[in-house]
Amino acid sequence: MKKVIKQIPLIFCFLSLISCKNSQTKLEGKEIPIDNTITADPEIEEFIAPFKEHLNKTLDSTLAYNPGVLSKGEKGMNTGIGNLMADIVMEQANPVFKSRTGNSIDFVLLNYGGIRAELNKGPITTRDAYNMMPFENHIVVTELSGEKVMKLLSYLEKGKSAHPVSGINIKMNKDFKVISASVNGKSIDPDQNYFVATSDYLQQGGDSMYFFSDPVNLYNINYKLRNAIIDYFHKIDTIKAKQDDRFIKE
Amino acid sequence: MKRRNFIQQTSAASAFVGLGGLSSLSFSEAPRHITILHTNDVHSHIEAFGPDHHRNPNMGGVAKRAVLIEKIRKENPNTLLLDAGDIFQGTPYFNFYGGELEFKLMSKLKYDASTLGNHDFDNGIDGLFAQLPHADFDFLISNYDFSNTIMDGHTKPYKIFTKNGVRIGVFGVGIELKGLVNDKLYKETKYLDPIEMATDMSNTLKKEENCDLIICLSHLGYKYDSEKVDDHKLASKTENIDLIIGGHTHTFLDEPTIVKNKADKNVMINQVGCYGLYLGRVDFYLNGSKSVAGNGKSVEI
Repeated sequence: MKKVIKQIPLIFCFLSLISCKNSQTKLEGKEIPIDNTITADPEIEEFIAPFKEHLNKTLDSTLAYNPGVLSKGEKGMNTGIGNLMADIVMEQANPVFKSRTGNSIDFVLLNYGGIRAELNKGPITTRDAYNMMPFENHIVVTELSGEKVMKLLSYLEKGKSAHPVSGINIKMNKDFKVISASVNGKSIDPDQNYFVATSDYLQQGGDSMYFFSDPVNLYNINYKLRNAIIDYFHKIDTIKAKQDDRFIKE
Repeated sequence: MKRRNFIQQTSAASAFVGLGGLSSLSFSEAPRHITILHTNDVHSHIEAFGPDHHRNPNMGGVAKRAVLIEKIRKENPNTLLLDAGDIFQGTPYFNFYGGELEFKLMSKLKYDASTLGNHDFDNGIDGLFAQLPHADFDFLISNYDFSNTIMDGHTKPYKIFTKNGVRIGVFGVGIELKGLVNDKLYKETKYLDPIEMATDMSNTLKKEENCDLIICLSHLGYKYDSEKVDDHKLASKTENIDLIIGGHTHTFLDEPTIVKNKADKNVMINQVGCYGLYLGRVDFYLNGSKSVAGNGKSVEI
């Protein structure tokens, strides 16, 4: 045993030399869940409190009243909540667009995927507007050729989705083929240009709406979609949105 | 008999551990332990998710993250806290306060550095600039040229931290903003090739700044099937980077990914999803001489 101990320093030397020459870095990586096993820091919570209070007060103040649940789950090619959003864009953006260009928006197209939350029955708050539209998307108006509008219609045929519209009437047969499409009571004219309002996200190719990509003219009216919704809720007392016959299938 | 064998082997093993310990005391320094903590894509998630949330009940929250970070700092004072961008946008806190609270809280938690994500431009480059006074930490980004913008001089390509004698070089790379962010928001910010910049940065940090560890904060995204540059391509096309802390793609990894770099050495990629649900932790143990990159790097996960 004594013998062994005496030899040890020599071994040490040898080992450490090797380790000096072949210096190593060992790495260990992991993720730690931030869950309920961790108690919150009271000082941080106190710091957040005034921000939170002000935010909640603003978010939860009642703006309007909704007499019935509006959900994107409604069957058919249009939904109450989709109609509400598209109608809000038409109503809120058209005066701005008109005052800047002298023209009027012909119709509005949004996307079904952009309806982010349903609207419960009862008081409607700013928080609801944030839930409906959590993104910072802006309303834009595109001047589209009649040809591009025809592409827009074939997009709707392929999509088979209840994309929200306002200002246009579309009728499809049972195979999702458009049998009529009209604006202001007149059928779409392939030789005429149309002013179509949408979001900057969709105009830039979101949801593959490429017919918006290269419009004759593009107008950014500097109006956020969410702000349009909030302004509209401020303006009205009771929401009257419902399913109708603007976009239907036989 | 078997049990006896086991005991004998165990005592032999402990003896060996003992040797190791003594050896480091008498000949070289003890392994130096550096801890890197990181977040990405927190997206203004100040509060924890509520108990009724369908996917992440009771998860996240800055006040809980603060406690966890402090606990780890007490265990190892040689700790860095980093973020890989997209601090902004995702809850009304951002819409209401423009990022002020996010930056103030990150400063309170003593973040050491962050890179920039595309959503950090959501209130425009002016909106980002306006919040800078609330951030007591540096923004590191090497491939955005801000010279013709208000952000000129307010970011750094890299920064060196010295912890327990270990020189840690941290640099940042950001994603191409064109097509992702409205050009009116990022204005004249010029995007430079992230692989080229990462090559330059890691070279400078290794050879001129003599860093022992090199960390890249990346908001490029974890992995794309297309040609688009991502953390995997960044790792395999460069040398000298030890760790890539990623973001943008909100990727949750069961364990960090190891990729071979251009010189066939290991690079660790870690990303912790989003919304502050998790805190990433990477521990480095540096043995022997200071020059660690290369020679027999072992990766333990």
